[in-house]
Amino acid sequence: MLPESLSKAVAGQPLKIAALVSVGQHPLSRRERQADQDSRAVELALSLSPQLPSLIHVGSAQNNALRAYLGMGLNSLTVLNADPDADAVPALADYLRDQPLDIVLTGVRAECGEGSGLLPYAVASQLGWPMVPRIVSVVSIADGHADVWQALPRGQRRALRVPLPFVASVDPAADPARQSAFGPAQRGNIDFRPCAAEPDQARADWEQHPAKPRPKRLAVAKGGTAAERMKAATAKPQGQGGQVMTEGTDREKAEAILARLVAEGVVR
Amino acid sequence: MSLRIRRNPRLERIRRNRLHPEYTALMAATVPAIGPTGLRRINPHQTGFVMVQGRKRLNRLNPGGVGFATSSQPGQAQAKEKPLHSVTDPRGYVAVVMDLPGGRLSSHDRDVLGLAQQLAQAKDDPHAVLAIALGDVRETDLGGAGADRVIQLSQLHTEPLTGYCPELKLSILTEIEKHYQPAYWLFPDSIDGGADLGSRWAVQQHERAAVQAWQVNKENTVCRGGSQLTDWHRPTPRVLLLAPECAAPVEEYRYEALPLELTPPEPISATIEDRGPVSVDPSQIALSEAEFILAAGNGVRNWDQFHQVATVLGATEGASRVAVDDGYMPRHRQVGASGTWVSARVYLAVGISGAIQHLQGIGQCETVIAVNLDAGCDMVRRADLTVIADSEAVFAELLNLMTERQTGVSHQSDTADEGEARHVA
Repeated sequence: MLPESLSKAVAGQPLKIAALVSVGQHPLSRRERQADQDSRAVELALSLSPQLPSLIHVGSAQNNALRAYLGMGLNSLTVLNADPDADAVPALADYLRDQPLDIVLTGVRAECGEGSGLLPYAVASQLGWPMVPRIVSVVSIADGHADVWQALPRGQRRALRVPLPFVASVDPAADPARQSAFGPAQRGNIDFRPCAAEPDQARADWEQHPAKPRPKRLAVAKGGTAAERMKAATAKPQGQGGQVMTEGTDREKAEAILARLVAEGVVR
Repeated sequence: MSLRIRRNPRLERIRRNRLHPEYTALMAATVPAIGPTGLRRINPHQTGFVMVQGRKRLNRLNPGGVGFATSSQPGQAQAKEKPLHSVTDPRGYVAVVMDLPGGRLSSHDRDVLGLAQQLAQAKDDPHAVLAIALGDVRETDLGGAGADRVIQLSQLHTEPLTGYCPELKLSILTEIEKHYQPAYWLFPDSIDGGADLGSRWAVQQHERAAVQAWQVNKENTVCRGGSQLTDWHRPTPRVLLLAPECAAPVEEYRYEALPLELTPPEPISATIEDRGPVSVDPSQIALSEAEFILAAGNGVRNWDQFHQVATVLGATEGASRVAVDDGYMPRHRQVGASGTWVSARVYLAVGISGAIQHLQGIGQCETVIAVNLDAGCDMVRRADLTVIADSEAVFAELLNLMTERQTGVSHQSDTADEGEARHVA
């Protein structure tokens, strides 16, 4: 189902959308899977245009986790074949430059590997397109511009207008991906293309280790007398209890609540 | 001529009695002795006082045994000013681009400034921390957070820098790079804009930035990889996007925070246009990221009224397990250990007694307001403000108050009549 404004905008010429997908990693079992954020990008791409989006992956064609994206209702997936330690950015930029595309969508960060989230910025920079981070939806497309909503902290949204074509990363707050069906996933076609991806020189001397647990920051009371420091260290963090209003009419109590809400800035 | 130590009963009596008019003068007159090594020595025989029963009493509030008059004044220790750390002729800079959400330093910003000071100290020649504030600044104490120099711009050629304008900000950073060539560029890796601006800056500078960096020194950096499952050990790059708690905020010194001059860069036309914030329906916001939650429990009977209050106050609705089990609220609105762990700034709990599983779920909430009939329940101990009242009556008054706020007309007398009529009926 397309939003009405979008259907009108794309009636003459359907939007051409590409989604960059990666192989994800289950956070506990660490099995390969379809990446959550990339799946949301595919879902957003499917909802935008009647024409099926093209899926692009840089890596090895033999990967079974990639087929899960095809199970979302797509016919084919393009794999630019490259070594695991190759630099994906130039290969992707070279490939995308030749495609007639309007929007390129991807997740914010990859689930395995470096996961820096720099790839969409680097690709957009090489293509000379604008990059919009953390979008949740495309509201309308008119006059070669797209109105998108960007996710902000605390569930807030911001409206942005950006000229086509552009690159966007899709926030985890966007609509969740539809379920992947096994049959279509097996029937889908993986289009394997060789590409001349250079090894990533910058990362050659980096070392990868399992994540070390980070130390928790303790609140250490400094200064004051020994007695004060002892008190600060042993005092319970809560359990003081706040102000309790037992007396007064209901209206006074409601006024106290409202005054507190206004002071906190949640009621304007 | 005798060496016998004579007691002065009067002075002893004064020393025992803190309320004596001469007590302060007597205690202030005692001068601390300086030992041969230069350390202040305390004579244990002079600390404290001996009670009439012969038992010695120590006053723990008076650590040195002297200067009681000064240390007895509360708040005087805090007022003592930290020493000023000044960099007179910096050979280089460590640039920090702060987020300043709402114009104030976040704790993440303070951590990044703390790390910037560490990196500046590690340099062989004197480096200054250059704090860059783009947009409105309401923070007055940037020097206390570790800024040696400050560049502050709230607008660029009459274009305000408050909204989403990464291209304008990049042009300013380019100008700073041209004039000052900082040794490092530090950004907080946050959703408040630091991650976005830092990524753009790294790509523009053709630097391979360290993202989610949490352990940084002059030579090496440790970054968290995808899904927080790996650590990448690498040489420290010029551009760093730092995780929260990457370093401790500065504590020992205050810093100069001298403003630096910057000629504004040429005006550019931005491709991404900010069309302002979107008004979001609070009921659509996920419970875990909502800012203001109105939660209902077993004590709520009038559910239509509850939904109405949530709409009027603009709050996201939550519920305790009982309310969900009874079918009054959907499962995805449940707060607590078996539901959602919320991080709301303000949590208004109505008719919730506060089972431990529920209190766990609201552990991160800053302000908790409770409305309950039972003054002894656990929620009252957790709450910052508790109102002991019937929820339905308080809700009705809240609705009236909100209508008055919007229309500016008082309905107080009407509601009183209405309430009495209901009681009579």
